[in-house]
Amino acid sequence: MSRVAALACVMLALVACEREHRRFSEVAPASGRPTHVTPQPSRNPAEGNAWAIAQGKQLYEAYNCNGCHANGGGGMGPALMDATWLYGSEPQDVYTSIVEGRPNGMPAFGGRIPDVQVWQLVAYVRSMSGQTRFDVRPARSDHMRVKESEQARRPERPVTAAPSGRP
Amino acid sequence: MPGAQEIVDWWNAGRRRHRRRVAALGVALLVALLTIIVAVHSDHHALAAVGEDGQWLRAAGDYASTRYSPLAQITAANVRQLRPAWSFSTGGARGHEAAPLVVGDTMYVVTPYPNVVYALDLRAGGGTVRWKYEPKPAAAAQGVACCDVVNRGAAYADGRVVFNTLDAHTIAVDARTGRELWNTKLGEINRGETMTMAPLIVRDRVLVGNSGGELGVRGWLAGLDLATGAVAWRAYSTGPDRDVLIGRAFRPFYAADRVPNLGVTTWPAEAWRIGGGTMWGWISYDPELDLVYHGTGNPGPWNPDQRPGDNKWTSAIFARRPATGEAVWAYQLSPHDLHDYDGINEQILLDLDIKGRRRKVLVRPDRNGYVYVMDRATGEVLSATPFAHVNTSKGVDLATGQLSLNDEKTPVLGKVVRDICPAAPGAKDWQPSAWSPRTGLLYVPHQNLCMDVESVETGYIAGTPFVGMNVRMYSGPGGHRGEVTAWDPVNARAAWKLKEPFPVWSGALATAGDVVFYGTMDRWFKAVDAKTGELLWRFQTASGIIGQPITYRGPDGKQYVAVLDGVGGWAGAIVSADLDPRDTGAALGFVNAMRDLPAHTAKGGTLWVFALP
Repeated sequence: MSRVAALACVMLALVACEREHRRFSEVAPASGRPTHVTPQPSRNPAEGNAWAIAQGKQLYEAYNCNGCHANGGGGMGPALMDATWLYGSEPQDVYTSIVEGRPNGMPAFGGRIPDVQVWQLVAYVRSMSGQTRFDVRPARSDHMRVKESEQARRPERPVTAAPSGRP
Repeated sequence: MPGAQEIVDWWNAGRRRHRRRVAALGVALLVALLTIIVAVHSDHHALAAVGEDGQWLRAAGDYASTRYSPLAQITAANVRQLRPAWSFSTGGARGHEAAPLVVGDTMYVVTPYPNVVYALDLRAGGGTVRWKYEPKPAAAAQGVACCDVVNRGAAYADGRVVFNTLDAHTIAVDARTGRELWNTKLGEINRGETMTMAPLIVRDRVLVGNSGGELGVRGWLAGLDLATGAVAWRAYSTGPDRDVLIGRAFRPFYAADRVPNLGVTTWPAEAWRIGGGTMWGWISYDPELDLVYHGTGNPGPWNPDQRPGDNKWTSAIFARRPATGEAVWAYQLSPHDLHDYDGINEQILLDLDIKGRRRKVLVRPDRNGYVYVMDRATGEVLSATPFAHVNTSKGVDLATGQLSLNDEKTPVLGKVVRDICPAAPGAKDWQPSAWSPRTGLLYVPHQNLCMDVESVETGYIAGTPFVGMNVRMYSGPGGHRGEVTAWDPVNARAAWKLKEPFPVWSGALATAGDVVFYGTMDRWFKAVDAKTGELLWRFQTASGIIGQPITYRGPDGKQYVAVLDGVGGWAGAIVSADLDPRDTGAALGFVNAMRDLPAHTAKGGTLWVFALP
């Protein structure tokens, strides 16, 4: 029995390590605004990391992402918690949206915020529609409860499409 | 063979015929000339008041913003026979808030972004496209338009159709050909500035203002030259007196307002530069006093803890000289606004007997829930009475003009404050009222919404929202979300009220036939009895209505009623922008109150024109 408990503890510790993995030597932010985006790793280092996604959630507010996209339901900008992606749902697509901006109003944050933060934002934005692993998604919010937690979201099946009637 | 005399006779007869022909031609020319003179004259006449001539030259109809038409073919007795005469798809998918214009035999329609202007020839009975003008505004402007990419209409004067584009240009086109006459860039979308309001033209001045109160934009009203588009003056809502165009002529009614540079001293250091006070609403004009009246929008950010002070001159009313922009008086409706109570609603200019005295008044159904009746020469508040459910304030002190707040509803950083009424869009938002001199009633389309808020600290990033408030809205007492109130401004009470399931986000129209028209977000265009509010007629359109109904006399002499459908705006963004109601805070919290709207309407703009058979 105690062996089973010990095994469970080890398993939990291993999962928790992965879930909370924290890197202490981040790459320094690029200075100036790049005119061309250099190829980025296709795997987002923040994707499977609860701490990084929690950081992304804080940054989402700090950089006023919530001002346009609300808590994922949208407003001035499109909804991010639904299945519809205007410019693709893959980490690289979301990264490009943030860094280069998009023609219908998404501003370009490239060169203005550190690259590592962009990846944290990418992972959080994907968490809003359940595109990241269940156990790394935020389970609570620091604010007035306006929606169910990201962790409680059932994953959407992403579709890259323009919503009906959007010019 | 004819004889010589016969030839001479024939010749002379021909000359007589010729003389008669010349005379007839002369008379015809004279008649044509007179017709042109009369037409031009009546055109100018119509600038002063909404004409017996049946035109509609500006969004509000007349300078007093009454939206009242003396046309009386359609009456409370026969409106039941009203039916669609023709319709026209604008091709636009977003919220259609504009009023069509009718000048002579042509109708002009401006769409939401991309702000296409159509001139429709009314002579054949329907609307045939005479020309189409596409300004091609910058697509990025869509990303800084706070509450859908709407446009509230154009204005006509002197052969020009003038309108604003979402990317903050004012453009004049030739009314006959659609050729661009001038195009003036007035704002910077990278700073969050857009333009959505309908211009007002006073003599040779085009008056326009900016939008962007949710993006830390500094608000202004500008006066442009009608002939060239050159900016003659620009009056900011915040900052030093020289920027606000407050000078020697400035004489506000209340002593506390007669202090220099309040636009700076009522803010934390430099906060007025990003403090809002935009001008995206309505302007009225009194030719006798030569004053224009306009409101100013909410202060930014919404989080009030980041801007201690009265935040002048946001959420206020200004009286200005149209030629110079010089301020003559100002009055702040909601000092240090706590709940996004923009002050941009319409001012209806009326001459009323108030307490036995004939007064030149300005009637303002405000977002904070009060109908203000003010002396429009001096800026004195004569009465301020709630026309909807209000718990954020306890009344207006007429001696000082001060709004007395209910401290329980003040947002507190990091705390959820519940049941705040009215909600952020106010008891009434932009949707303009109509006045009938025949009933003495003001028909106010508005909403019945309350909200929970939590204020949070926010940072200013140019071109992104500057709000700092989590909001969730829901229906107010009674469960219905919209109302039409017939308000008696003399006795300061409601004569009657109609309840609507959704916020009434369309304008109202009153006619001499004692019919009041308005539209609903669940697609009904309605005619009610101006005296009683009794529903007389309704027609279900293609999409929800948030536009401004107008009426005009067609080239065939018949009275028509026109309105744009096409749901959207802040209230309808859940449909027009495909928002997700699982986030109750979407669209600054409005989505929570509108989660059932997609079941009632899809998007898409159509112009509907109605007539009697």
